[in-house]
Amino acid sequence: MRAVKPVIASLVLSLLSATAFSAPASAETTTIRMAWYSDGIEGEVMADLLKRFREQNKDIDVVFDQVPYKAVNENLPVQLASGQGPDIARVVDMGGLSRFALDMRPYLKDPGYWETNFGPFLEWMRPAGDTQAIPGFMTQLTVTGPFVNKTLFEQAGVAMPGEKATWEDWAKAAKEVAGKVQAPFPLAVDRSGHRFYALAMSQGTKIFGANGEPDVVDDGFKRAAQLVYDWHKSGVMSKELWGSVSGTAYRAANDEFKNAQVVMYLSGSWQIAQFAKTVDNAFDWVAVPNPCGPGGCSSMPGGGALMAFKTTQHPKEVARLMDYLASEPVLAEFYARSLFVPGHLGLAKKGIDYPTASPEAAAALKVFTASAAQVSPLAYRTQGYINSRIIFNAAISRLGQAVSGETTLEDAYKRITTDVAQQIAERNKK
Amino acid sequence: MSDAPSAARPQPGMAEGALARVAVLPVDLALRLLDPPMRWLQRLIGARRMAYVFLLPNFAFFGLFVFLPIGINVVFSVTGGTALFPSERPYVGTEQFGYLFDCGSFLDPSSCREDHFWRGVANTAKFVAFQVTAMVLFSLVTALILNMKIRGRGIFRAVYFFPVLLSPVVVALIWKWILQRDGLLNAALTTLGGQKILFFVDPSWAMFWAVFVSVWAHMGFYTLILLAGLQAIPADLYEAAEMDATPRWRVLTRITLPLLWPNMIVVIVLALIKGAQTFDEVFVLTGGGPGTATLMVVQYIYETGFASQVQNFGLAAAASVVLGLVLFVLTLLQFAAARRKEI
Repeated sequence: MRAVKPVIASLVLSLLSATAFSAPASAETTTIRMAWYSDGIEGEVMADLLKRFREQNKDIDVVFDQVPYKAVNENLPVQLASGQGPDIARVVDMGGLSRFALDMRPYLKDPGYWETNFGPFLEWMRPAGDTQAIPGFMTQLTVTGPFVNKTLFEQAGVAMPGEKATWEDWAKAAKEVAGKVQAPFPLAVDRSGHRFYALAMSQGTKIFGANGEPDVVDDGFKRAAQLVYDWHKSGVMSKELWGSVSGTAYRAANDEFKNAQVVMYLSGSWQIAQFAKTVDNAFDWVAVPNPCGPGGCSSMPGGGALMAFKTTQHPKEVARLMDYLASEPVLAEFYARSLFVPGHLGLAKKGIDYPTASPEAAAALKVFTASAAQVSPLAYRTQGYINSRIIFNAAISRLGQAVSGETTLEDAYKRITTDVAQQIAERNKK
Repeated sequence: MSDAPSAARPQPGMAEGALARVAVLPVDLALRLLDPPMRWLQRLIGARRMAYVFLLPNFAFFGLFVFLPIGINVVFSVTGGTALFPSERPYVGTEQFGYLFDCGSFLDPSSCREDHFWRGVANTAKFVAFQVTAMVLFSLVTALILNMKIRGRGIFRAVYFFPVLLSPVVVALIWKWILQRDGLLNAALTTLGGQKILFFVDPSWAMFWAVFVSVWAHMGFYTLILLAGLQAIPADLYEAAEMDATPRWRVLTRITLPLLWPNMIVVIVLALIKGAQTFDEVFVLTGGGPGTATLMVVQYIYETGFASQVQNFGLAAAASVVLGLVLFVLTLLQFAAARRKEI
């Protein structure tokens, strides 16, 4: 028993000392949780900025949870609904999550600064009917657009279509190149409703009916769907992206593009940093303006927003952190190092220097910044519409079935209409 | 330095003994604290009823993590909307079930209002039919071989059981790596002068590999059950058959298989239930595609409840209730079959 006593005594002592040393620290420090997904290197940049914030604000500790994109889309809404979510998160479905948004106005240093610089994008984050709230800011403004493997075009001896070229021109050229250089993917398009709408916008879809409600399957939509369907039939697009999975599953062609298997890849500006890093000098790649159609050449806008949530217990501290991150010098550094198109009007006007960008990345940023200036009002309205992702998901799910040969396009159109109506009705049930 | 044992030097095992005593201290203390109330309780309700007291913790655990979620699931299935808490969800009665069962013909999923659910049902039925048949056949053959006196029998038993220890996601990722466009199998095919096959683009190939991978991953477990059954068959029956010069085929059909039947029933029913619940492996391997060719019921439930934009918990819960009832019937069948054998 004599041997046991010292062991117990030391255990008790160490427990007491651990409690004694940790208690005052936890009482003084406020902990904020931030959930973050990354497309490229922006997670590293944000971690660096947060480290600096902690050094300047010893009373706030920020727990930085880097999570997969899928978790932000699927798990975060459930976490927030149960009141167990993070205080802040980087999200893409701003409209869908707007019901959880925190209006930070009472806590911000200068709400006017936010209105001036993030004004048009704040509408995407506000709950329906709210025209005043400030729930967050854009970590990046994205625009869809194609990346082209220039080396494959040169090897095939095929000229790249010019600035106002149509989707059909690009598809024809990509098929020709792929045939000559034996590339398995002439044209790849992310399996995403948002990307499909980059094509559909150019084909003249209107999305909303005269009453302002969604009227998804119109002539423009059908033209775009027919193009995708025909491209899969003729081998311009491989079924491996759109036809190999079910439902709303997202599939990108990043790996195929960096392995030089894709001639032209419709994705968006968020890929620049990743391609600059992964492709490196393996081949020459360029971003080109969004191809055109009867409806114009508009890209689809989008982006990631850093949003604060009303379930937070520390709105003041959250606003302090957001004020820091949204401040002009910090945000300029973030955009510059992450190679992002700015979602801050003041910085967009001044222009961002990208000192770390490779020549390819710098050129691509220039193309996408120009595309952002030409985005149509309808594209902005669609992106900001609270039920936009219902439309995107119905389109991708049903067109995927048609592409795989399971249903006809006509069946897909009917299903898209009923899916959208049913899901909006379900969302509106109170 | 002296080799003589010193009184001050701790004896070997002394430290371990002290540690063990420290480790049992809390248990000993808890038992001493529990003893008086338990004695009091036994005097109060009698020794026979004490069994229920001891079962109570397990029942509480089971109730909290099995029966309560089932109850919550049933509540969700009769509510609508997107709110998470049942108190905030509007009651819709059997609307979700009506939506699921609104079909022109149950044999044609495209005639159903919720076609994805019925495609999932059809795929799951197809998957279960092929998977259970293949599983039972391969497990039986493997068990018969492993029951023979062959060299390295222990190694083979371990090898066949090894995939069971792997996580289903790991299994699916390994096979995905083998089967993708630039995977191991296509590399082998092209090396031999063949053409690449896009296994995940063709519905038949996708279903074939979903079944194959599932059988590969779980066969070891069922083989073990059958092997245990084979080893329980009395050896004197085989000796008698040998003395009578009974042909091997007759020994198999008249002795081995009839006596193995109880184990076969367990294998069939367990494989059926597990097959109907299939999700993770197939989801990671094929993502339910191409189209919806390998979309299973559980994936439908997951996507409806969690992955779709409007997280339709009510519809997902209704589909779960339907699946639960099917599994309940299968379990009853297992009990009935087992009881029949006992009689």
